[in-house]
Amino acid sequence: MNPLLTVSCLSKQFADGVLPVVNGLSFEVEEGETFALLGPSGCGKTTALRCIAGFETADSGTVTLDGQTLVGDGISVPPERRGIGFVFQDYALFPHLTVRENVAFGLRGMTKKACRARADEVLRLVGLGGLEERKPYALSGGQQQRVALARAIAPRPRLLLLDEPFSNLDALLRQEMRERVRDLLKKERMTALLVTHDQEEALSFADRVAVMQNGRIDQIGTPEAIYATPRTLFVAQFLGRTNLLLTQAEGDTAETVLGRLRLNRAASGPVLLSIRPEHLALTAEADATGSLEGTVLAREYKGHDITYRVQVGSIDCLVHTGNRVRFEPGDAVWVRALEPAVVLEKVGEVPAMG
Amino acid sequence: MATSTLRRARTSWALWAPMAVVVVGVLVPLGYLAVRAFDAEAGELAALIFRERNLRLLGNTVGLTVAVLGLTTVLAGPLAWLVTRTDLRGRRGLTLLGVLPLAVPGYVMAYALLATGGPNGTLAGLTGLVVPRPSGFVGAWLALSLYTFPYLFLNLRTALLGLDPALEESARSLGAGKRETLRRVILPQLRPAFLAGGLLIALHVLGDFGVVSLMRFETFSYAIYLQYSASYDRVYAAWLALMLLALTGALLWGEARLLRGRRLHRAGTGTARRARLQRLGAWQVPAWAFGGGLGFAAVGLPVVTVLYWLGRSAERETWGHLLTALGDSVLASAPAAVLAGLLALPIAYLGVRRPSPLTQGLERIAYLGYATPPLAFALALVFFSLRVVPFAYQTLGLLVAAYALHFLAEALGPVRSALYQAPPQAEEAARSLGRTPFRAFMEATFPLLRRGLVVSIAFVFLSALKELPITFLLSPLGFQTLATRMWSAANEAMFSVAAPYALALILVSTALVGLLLSERTPDSA
Repeated sequence: MNPLLTVSCLSKQFADGVLPVVNGLSFEVEEGETFALLGPSGCGKTTALRCIAGFETADSGTVTLDGQTLVGDGISVPPERRGIGFVFQDYALFPHLTVRENVAFGLRGMTKKACRARADEVLRLVGLGGLEERKPYALSGGQQQRVALARAIAPRPRLLLLDEPFSNLDALLRQEMRERVRDLLKKERMTALLVTHDQEEALSFADRVAVMQNGRIDQIGTPEAIYATPRTLFVAQFLGRTNLLLTQAEGDTAETVLGRLRLNRAASGPVLLSIRPEHLALTAEADATGSLEGTVLAREYKGHDITYRVQVGSIDCLVHTGNRVRFEPGDAVWVRALEPAVVLEKVGEVPAMG
Repeated sequence: MATSTLRRARTSWALWAPMAVVVVGVLVPLGYLAVRAFDAEAGELAALIFRERNLRLLGNTVGLTVAVLGLTTVLAGPLAWLVTRTDLRGRRGLTLLGVLPLAVPGYVMAYALLATGGPNGTLAGLTGLVVPRPSGFVGAWLALSLYTFPYLFLNLRTALLGLDPALEESARSLGAGKRETLRRVILPQLRPAFLAGGLLIALHVLGDFGVVSLMRFETFSYAIYLQYSASYDRVYAAWLALMLLALTGALLWGEARLLRGRRLHRAGTGTARRARLQRLGAWQVPAWAFGGGLGFAAVGLPVVTVLYWLGRSAERETWGHLLTALGDSVLASAPAAVLAGLLALPIAYLGVRRPSPLTQGLERIAYLGYATPPLAFALALVFFSLRVVPFAYQTLGLLVAAYALHFLAEALGPVRSALYQAPPQAEEAARSLGRTPFRAFMEATFPLLRRGLVVSIAFVFLSALKELPITFLLSPLGFQTLATRMWSAANEAMFSVAAPYALALILVSTALVGLLLSERTPDSA
């Protein structure tokens, strides 16, 4: 099956002499998929999104949607003819129009009655039935967000772009809205491309995630894959806390301060390994599988789980445990790896495509 | 116990006395206007009110207002767009050109237009070209438009700079082209700015006396003056003033209705990005021709005219006359400015620190005095003083009071902004350290207000210096200010006599514009 959206070698530089904000970006989004561009602020993700929407003009590269070239070969289709919906970070609702008028703004080639019916239908879909006559400022943040979403999907765009759509909501509402929007996108079979700097948001919201750094993608994969087997040091650290071990690999295993660890792929020579804190376990007694003795240095109690800082040999490592595992600083403990360690690519190593 | 009660009484007296002055000074005279208007037999009244002339005056006044609004929109709109949304070279310079016309008072602009045309005009003298002298409706229309368009320009510029570009992008991503986006998104967003600027312009046109009198175009203001000065039919003058007030009231009411429920602030929190600039390309030249031509007509023409007529030796004004006029101007304006500052202090303080319907109502009264057409206000004060305080009629004291009350609103702004910057906690701290409310205010808050107060006083001083109709009606016998001397000379086509006064008035107004610009929050152009 052909992908719905193909972005290839997209580059954008804002001024001469500075590094390009988007630097040879390439990825594909399948029909019906929810795809996230994840990266720290300034990594170029929003600029990339704006190039796809047509608000910025890319310097080079191509963007193809559903077989139609939007950018490339000297073509740049104006935003109003791309059929792409956009949800802005601060919603950008038209303050002079009512909620219904906002949602109906993009509907064309329909009678007034049909416009109204479609707007009301989409508003009910996002759970805002009854607020059609309100002005945007009379709505809460979560409601404004849903109006922005309704406005973007009402004309049935081929692709929906979302620029940090949940970042202006407070933590509790953010989680709720994420679930609702995801359900809605799936129910409507919408293809969506989300930009976010929040790794938890990307992992929980998207079918596939692309981790971006300095205008290009480090790794693309399902949330499980990129979290469990990060390709680079940047991806490993950006997606959460991790333990890094510099050592010599000998095929499928490597000798480390945490004992002899299995590796996720065969390697030889000096390697940097990453093992997530929850892939380590703590026990009070030694067991047969080769655990190592350490000392608890500190304990960070977070309610549903606990992070311990444990000294093992010459290093400190982090271990996540359930909240029923109770140790105090100074306790002697045994550390054991539950999963293979991940071999990170060296800087400059040519990434395997795929 | 007794002393503290006494102190509180004195404090509130210090606060409430100025407010009483404002109410008495603004509302009561307007009441006397009505009293005087009904000083006639019933049959006579009907004849006064249902005169055909009134209808013509109404048509002239409304027609001029609408025409000026139309022309200023056509001038200010494109200029504001050019300096905010295009890559026009020298946008900052052009922005300044859009503000500078405020430095040429309307009657100086009218004088410049009158002195340019005709067989003896500037243009004829410099190039031999004779163009007809603009007068009547066209003359008043041009002079008022060239003088007032900056009010609209400034408002539209600020609104354009504040527009969130994401709104336009939203419209584009929803399938609207550039024109449709302009019509459905940008223009509605500019509406409040248009209404605010338009209101200022309309109030100026309704209240204008200098331009319409020099151009001999009969609007209500000019008719009131003629009626008062020539025929002494004061009852009819009172009726004309009431009609003008009704028109002004209708304008304010209409504006309030149009603005109701139009709180157009950005829904959302993030900071707005700057909009992308439109490339002009070959359109740079016509754009500059438009902006430069406008700047020349509104600023260059008056300056050239004044300089040309200054150089003509015939019928030159003596230094003695000039100095007398300057002395009289300062004699009335300076005390008025100080008085307005002193009145503004407690009114702004109560409005900011103790907001209530009462204190806000009092502030509104101050603004009402400002919006009242000056001729109607001056006429009201004439009737009031003749009836209630006849010894004050045609004294310097009454003129000073009239200036102060009329320009009080200009003094309120800077003091208010300074008060918003002064933390109320400082005063509370002073109270907890044993100061009385008054001492606490003087020691903790007043030092922070000093700059705002100085700006307020300067505003009123400069505005009063160029005031014309109030001075005509209320000044003592033989009293001649820069403005009245200039008007009288221009009115008799003695252009070289008027020139030095016009120059002085341009300088005064330039200082006023400089003050206005320095008070505005700086934003990048």
